[in-house]
Amino acid sequence: MSKNNFEVLRAGINTTYQDHGRNHLYHVGIPFSGAMDNRNYLIANDLVGNKKNTPVIEFAYQGPLLKFNGGKIYLAITGDVNFNIIKKNLKIEKGNCYQTYHFEDGDQIDILSTNKSVYGYLAVSGGFNVELFWNSSSTNTKSRIGGNNGQKLNKGDIVQNLKKQKVHQLKKLNYFNSRIEQIRIIKGTNYSYFSEAGKKIFLEKIFSVSKLTDRMGMRLEGPKIENIFDTNIRSEGLIKGVIQVPPDGKPIIMLSDHGTIGGYPKIGSVISADYDKLVQLPAGSKIKFKEVSLFEAENLYKIYSMETQNILNQIR
Amino acid sequence: MIKNISNLGDAALYCDFGEEVNKEINSEVINYFKNIKEKNIPEITNMAPSYNKLIITFDLNLTNFDKLKEKINNITLKNYDDSKNRLIKIPICCDDEFALDFDRLEQNLRISKDEILKNFFSKEYFCYMTGFIAGMPFLGDINESIRLKRLSTPRVKVPMGSVGITEKFCNIYTFESPGGWNIIGNSPIKVFDKYNNINPALINPGDTVSFYKINKEEYKNWNE
Repeated sequence: MSKNNFEVLRAGINTTYQDHGRNHLYHVGIPFSGAMDNRNYLIANDLVGNKKNTPVIEFAYQGPLLKFNGGKIYLAITGDVNFNIIKKNLKIEKGNCYQTYHFEDGDQIDILSTNKSVYGYLAVSGGFNVELFWNSSSTNTKSRIGGNNGQKLNKGDIVQNLKKQKVHQLKKLNYFNSRIEQIRIIKGTNYSYFSEAGKKIFLEKIFSVSKLTDRMGMRLEGPKIENIFDTNIRSEGLIKGVIQVPPDGKPIIMLSDHGTIGGYPKIGSVISADYDKLVQLPAGSKIKFKEVSLFEAENLYKIYSMETQNILNQIR
Repeated sequence: MIKNISNLGDAALYCDFGEEVNKEINSEVINYFKNIKEKNIPEITNMAPSYNKLIITFDLNLTNFDKLKEKINNITLKNYDDSKNRLIKIPICCDDEFALDFDRLEQNLRISKDEILKNFFSKEYFCYMTGFIAGMPFLGDINESIRLKRLSTPRVKVPMGSVGITEKFCNIYTFESPGGWNIIGNSPIKVFDKYNNINPALINPGDTVSFYKINKEEYKNWNE
């Protein structure tokens, strides 16, 4: 075991370990979890030469201040993030996302804020030494499972690193996080519950992301979507990306840590290709939904995956 | 039988077993769930069985809706022996400290606390599904005389271990959580155990649950 570790001098608002997520436990009430923005998670690991499923630190809005103890590692930040690197001699260097940095004993990383996005990722060569639950280290604070005993990082915690086998080179990638104009959806299983006017509002009006948004769900503000059938359905399973409309007519989008059962009508589902972009929208962002067919959604996902692969290929 | 399979988004099958909610239909859902689970189909990433639906999520990198739908439509089913489902006995303490909603229940149902409890403890309950929060069982059916709607304003925090009733169901809050069920007591036992690597949920769809009453002293000493 390597003696490398990070000391948490400031934890940030919502700092957790995340990886590819956790399968096969919906039926006991445990959602996928995992990195909210899968693409930026993959890029972060790739930049430091890690394997695909290595846990990273995910932060929202404000990130942690970490002090490194140990010998030589590499780290990278992805997302749209404002951060500084404080060398042992107290020299401060402004950090760039999508670039590998070399870290030595006593160096600090101060992740000040995300810019026009929500989530950012810190990957370290070798990864972090965190406990697994059901094959994943993703922290799910609601079920208290995954890394850091199922809790957010706290000030004073020690983050253990695993030793990296081979020596890595410094890398840099030109990648810009895209801006959102549109979120594409597929009609939901209860689409017919809503009035013609309500459906029109859903597909034509602009909604804004509410402050009451976290890893579990994104609440939207906007004109009321009228339900003319029933404001409840029999409780049934939910999946990430599903858009439920409760009696107040304001849509809620299920995100990675969502409750696995719900009883509100489903007006639509966000397509897989747009999920990473959706979760990065900070409170106050404006979004507009656009309907696509299942066939189009499948093709858009293929294109999105190919793009991700192309970005990763630039690193290798 | 599955009446219809449609798509929920681009990466999940939405299997509909019909409109009714009863033990027979739910047992079919659970039977499908167990059969599919046993086949370990690599494209499937998760399954959420509920009263009359089964949602199956899949890895869009490995398959798509049409292909997996065909696979599920052609699956050969075997029947699981019902006797293998377990009967689980859950202790609960119904002291005033834990039974948060007895005033409301007594007023609305117009029967006494003793009557409510007598009704509640006299039956065995079938687990229709597990979820919402990790390990929370949805059990039914409770006696008609003790059925009441959810609280009109849900509690922000229902204490961990609380046993709630609403409409024809009862449940156990496996974690502190928001919730609107009528709370009649609290159980000291661990219904969700994250250190159990085989199955972290004590109560699974298809199991039967009965409750028995313990006093406050037994409750306090339970985990010592």
